[in-house]
Amino acid sequence: MNKFWIATIGASALAFLLKFAGHSIPAKYLNNARLQRINGFIPVALLSALVAVQAFATKRELQVDHRALGLAVAAFALKIKLPFPVVVGAAAFASAIFYRLNN
Amino acid sequence: MSPVSSINRATATKSLSLAFAVGTYALAFGAASIAAGFSILQTSLLSLLLFSGASQFAVIGVIGAGGTALTAIATSTLLGFRNALYGIVMTPILQVTGFKKIVAAQITIDESTGVALGEEDRGISMQRQGFWLTGFGVFLFWNIFTVIGALSASTISNPAEWGLDAAVPAAFIALVWPRLKSKNDIYLALSATALALITTPILPAGLPIIATAGLAVLLGWRVR
Repeated sequence: MNKFWIATIGASALAFLLKFAGHSIPAKYLNNARLQRINGFIPVALLSALVAVQAFATKRELQVDHRALGLAVAAFALKIKLPFPVVVGAAAFASAIFYRLNN
Repeated sequence: MSPVSSINRATATKSLSLAFAVGTYALAFGAASIAAGFSILQTSLLSLLLFSGASQFAVIGVIGAGGTALTAIATSTLLGFRNALYGIVMTPILQVTGFKKIVAAQITIDESTGVALGEEDRGISMQRQGFWLTGFGVFLFWNIFTVIGALSASTISNPAEWGLDAAVPAAFIALVWPRLKSKNDIYLALSATALALITTPILPAGLPIIATAGLAVLLGWRVR
């Protein structure tokens, strides 16, 4: 099995286990204020890190390229409250144009 | 689940329009997954089995950036913890066992839980209806749009020419944007961005992302 299969099956299995655990574990074990707070912060940290790495890293090198323009367009689209598909579409469009002009 | 005859029109409209809108996100997922090197089958399985948007994007994002399967799984799983907390909230409302509980668990996501909690004033049967309709609706549209996105992207040889490499960070910023509610959220987002960029040249791919979970734990431990 290559890493694509391992990631697909492994992540799917654990995701289901977590969902099922929520429906099965007595609430008292997870109804802790500190745990809830940490749980609220985790997506903020991970998703922000994913934005940074996906936009500015190529393997282990940092670079500012056409993706940065796409990200700026996405941020602007979010600022003016455009819906998700438009945000992603506009970012892809801007980045593609810039890439084609330079390659 | 309530019999069809008693489905409330307002709840159904809300659930299904939300399900359709959310489902369209999967166009971006399907396309980006192919661009990251996943096959159409693997892409579809992620939507069918993993079925949690942010985690799915994390799996393909980490692998696409050259990370290992283990870091991809870890990142996805950390993002999936909130679904367990949703399950806790939904259990007393749904009151299901056996196979129905398995189905309920699989469709316990942001949207189904959100709609159910939003119907609180209208009684438990409306909450149940909101949960099932939204969960099944998102599942249906999410998987349809995943396949459409994957098939469209599979004809593309250079993802950058079509902006697919920029679609992924755009999807992530759109996912994190509504979560930036307090000053703490914004500080955390900025420090996570900095930590990820600083550690990228030093750590193996994928680890700079997971490392930022430490910042979340640190902040959640101390803040009140």
